[in-house]
Amino acid sequence: MTDVVVECRDLTKQYDTFTAVDRLNLTVRKGEIFGLLGPNGAGKTTTILMLLGLTEPTGGIARVLGLDPARQPLSVKARVGYLPDQVGFYDNLTARENLNYIAKLNGIREPEMSRRIEQALEQVGLSNVADRRVKTFSRGMRQRLGVAEILIKQPQLIIMDEPTLALDPEAVREFLALIRQLKANGITILLSSHLLQQVQAVCDRVGLFHKGRMVLEGTVSELAQRVLGGAYRIRVEAEGGDLVMSALRELPDVVKVSQHEARSYNVEARSDLRAEIARKVVDVGGKLLGLSIDTPSLDEVYARYFQKGAAYAASA
Amino acid sequence: MQQARNIATSRQREGSPWTGLWAVVAKEMADYLTSARMLILEALILLTAFGTVYAASQNLRAGVGSGDDFLFLRLFTTAREPLPAFVGFLGLLVPLLAIALAFDSINGEFNQRTLSKVLAQPIYRDALLLGKFLAGLGTLALALTAIWLLIVGMGLLQLGVPPSGEETTRMLWFLLITIFYGGIWLALAMLFSIVFRQPATAALAAIAIWLFFTVFWGIIASLLARVLQPVPPGDTQALINQIQLELMLTRISPNTLFSEVALAMLNPAVRALGIVLPIQLHNAIPGTPLPASQSILLTWPHATGLIAATIVLFAIGYILFQRQEVRA
Repeated sequence: MTDVVVECRDLTKQYDTFTAVDRLNLTVRKGEIFGLLGPNGAGKTTTILMLLGLTEPTGGIARVLGLDPARQPLSVKARVGYLPDQVGFYDNLTARENLNYIAKLNGIREPEMSRRIEQALEQVGLSNVADRRVKTFSRGMRQRLGVAEILIKQPQLIIMDEPTLALDPEAVREFLALIRQLKANGITILLSSHLLQQVQAVCDRVGLFHKGRMVLEGTVSELAQRVLGGAYRIRVEAEGGDLVMSALRELPDVVKVSQHEARSYNVEARSDLRAEIARKVVDVGGKLLGLSIDTPSLDEVYARYFQKGAAYAASA
Repeated sequence: MQQARNIATSRQREGSPWTGLWAVVAKEMADYLTSARMLILEALILLTAFGTVYAASQNLRAGVGSGDDFLFLRLFTTAREPLPAFVGFLGLLVPLLAIALAFDSINGEFNQRTLSKVLAQPIYRDALLLGKFLAGLGTLALALTAIWLLIVGMGLLQLGVPPSGEETTRMLWFLLITIFYGGIWLALAMLFSIVFRQPATAALAAIAIWLFFTVFWGIIASLLARVLQPVPPGDTQALINQIQLELMLTRISPNTLFSEVALAMLNPAVRALGIVLPIQLHNAIPGTPLPASQSILLTWPHATGLIAATIVLFAIGYILFQRQEVRA
């Protein structure tokens, strides 16, 4: 039990007639990066606010580090770092002054305060601009300053809401590297996003939100297995016409074969069939020109899920 | 019974609501004291203080040694064309200063997207709101005290006589009331900054209320009194009742309360606020000053009213802020 960092059981938040979060069950273990996915308005931010004690749940139980956020908000907020989407700063203060204020709100005193501030600035790479006003900062710098604000309280859990939104690709790359570095330091991270490639790049496990419910949960390949049916997508380039097509269909473990150009076929399979495909194509007298495998992407899982979302929601 | 108590304690919030209060106060006060709008307003007040008090002291110099015991108090109240007296200016400028301090205190944080971040620190909302209010009141007190000292200093230079203990007591009480008069407008502007998401809307709403009380309330009160308490010809008692009612109504306005306090504290000859019948003045020597303690007693209800209104407005804001959703 001690390695469970976040636990929700039947967590519910109801606004008048609208249910933002509906009987959510969620477990996040120590040291993992968990991604909350879902379209805007699916209840991700509401869930995060309940975990921080900033909004009271209407039903169910939430536990963060074994504490109840609704009743022990100070203890929770002292141990959990929160990076809101589009984090704001006091623009006419310098980076260091902003950090100072946060440190004081956390009850951190000198000389510990200066030490932690220097360390946090160093870690996010903002030491050389620490005394510049925040209004001159770029988006990427602001985002890193947001992380520095979290680091000064030395949290056990960091919750990030859409952290990479509105960052340019270079800033995203740096930011994801920073997240991996935090994980290496043993910090558990819960992040919400709808930018799937980035989530896939860093998350150990993901949960897919839809209309206030968590409809899918697991590693990316588990999700792909469940939603896409075949988890392996093999691209075959071969000459040989219908012969190749029917030969591919005959292979065991093949879910679906489709032809989208004259010499190009897509095979969905339950296992890695590259060797078998190569042999088969040659056996039936075709010319094999190319063979490659796609790792399943979260993008596809997501798109496929919401295409037939209604059917899934009914069966889930 | 035991079980009920257990549930009650488990439902209680942990820790003190004032955790982090002084961090908020220190930061907000530093912000206020360095912000451009504060500097502009302070310069404005300083300028009016300097102008009116200088003009007044020019008038009063003639009176030094003529036996007037309250020369210092006259510094505040003496008007010399075309300038009105300094108290008149204060009545206008203190609300403006207070509104300027607080109209964007909560919605500003919200629009800057710092609110959810600050509330994610281990503090309660209580500390944030009270911290901002105390910082505003502290700034107001600091600015008004500085101006007050400046006036006393100018008085010493220009008049060449020190203020008596009696005068000092009166001026100090007046200073205190002025600060709480600002407190009302501070609490009101803060309330609007919670209700309205746009700082401009909050500022306009607060200024609208200020204008209403400054310009229109007097007219409305007199109309209301005439409607509610008509006076049949020849009925003196009804006339007295009508005047009493009108007075009661005008006192709803903080401006009235403040100007009555100014009148009573800075003009020791004032013995009552409201109507005085000739029969009540029997045996009184007109024009003799009241001791400071009696004047304080006279304005005690006003002070209570001003402080109570401040607390009520703050409490309304507090309740609304506690219930507000932090998300955008």
